[in-house]
Amino acid sequence: MFRLRISTWTGLACALPGMLACAAMLLPVNYDAGDACFEIPKGTWARRRAGEDLTVLPQQIRLFSGTNLVLRNLDDVPQIFGPTLIMPGQALKLPFDRPAEYQFMCTAHVSGQMTVLVDEAPTSMASRLRWRVRAFLQTISRS
Amino acid sequence: MKTRFLVMVLTCVGLCSVGLAAVRHSDARGGFRLGVFEPPRVAPDFALEGSDGSQLTLGRYTGKVVVLEFGFTHCAKVCPITLGTLTNVFGKLGDAAREVQLVFITVDPQRDDASRLHEFLGHFDSRFIGGTGSPAQLDSVQRSYGAVVSREPSLEETNYQVHHSSSLYLIDRRGRLRVLIPFGTSADDIVHDINAVLRE
Repeated sequence: MFRLRISTWTGLACALPGMLACAAMLLPVNYDAGDACFEIPKGTWARRRAGEDLTVLPQQIRLFSGTNLVLRNLDDVPQIFGPTLIMPGQALKLPFDRPAEYQFMCTAHVSGQMTVLVDEAPTSMASRLRWRVRAFLQTISRS
Repeated sequence: MKTRFLVMVLTCVGLCSVGLAAVRHSDARGGFRLGVFEPPRVAPDFALEGSDGSQLTLGRYTGKVVVLEFGFTHCAKVCPITLGTLTNVFGKLGDAAREVQLVFITVDPQRDDASRLHEFLGHFDSRFIGGTGSPAQLDSVQRSYGAVVSREPSLEETNYQVHHSSSLYLIDRRGRLRVLIPFGTSADDIVHDINAVLRE
């Protein structure tokens, strides 16, 4: 009985890295890459109007295909993003399914322009594993 | 025995991963595949001259799902492609297409009168309706949706191009702006989101 327990635990311990590797290879990247969420803070328009050189969003956003860009307008005025208005308190969730460089008109930028770079999501098991290992190492080095 | 156990565990993990990923992916956009406004806002109404000779307002289509497009009949690159896709969409919708209305608002009032719009849209689908008006009226509608329009500088009075936003706006039965459809979206994805709005 005791022998059996040891072998079960040993088996599980050996299987754990395999399970993790298996999940890292099988899960699509958008499972943990998630949405790229950005907020336009309250008072942005008023501070710009007062002459402040305010940067609230990155000039360039990088995404994997199959993920979403989420822009939430917390400001008091509507903001133009691409071909639409995002009203105060409203969010626009925009999917990007094709790798390309997209240019958007964006009133939340001083330049009035924002670039979204969409990269092909890793699809092979090896490339998914590589991407997750790199992301894991980056997280460790940051913390 | 051990090997069989390991294979079983790994298979279970694999299947669970794929299942979880599928569930997560389908939930990621709340049942929609395209751009979603959250919370939705009331789509701005307008009063224009319709290509069918009557007044064109958004309120006229309350109870129907509206696909709104800004374009012009002399457009060489964008509008024919979008309208071709939408013709395909209406075909794929089958009977449900009766509950959907395409509204095509011109960005070129100088050349697009009601009869020109009627003739142009008729090449795609006779159910499509166009709208035109004064430059000031159209400018106001474009602004209210955030659509961007600019006329290409040209010395010729009648031979010029107009640059315009190429996305479509999907408006639900209650007149709320729900989905932004980017240019180049496949007919299947548009049909999916129209059906999602129709089911609500």
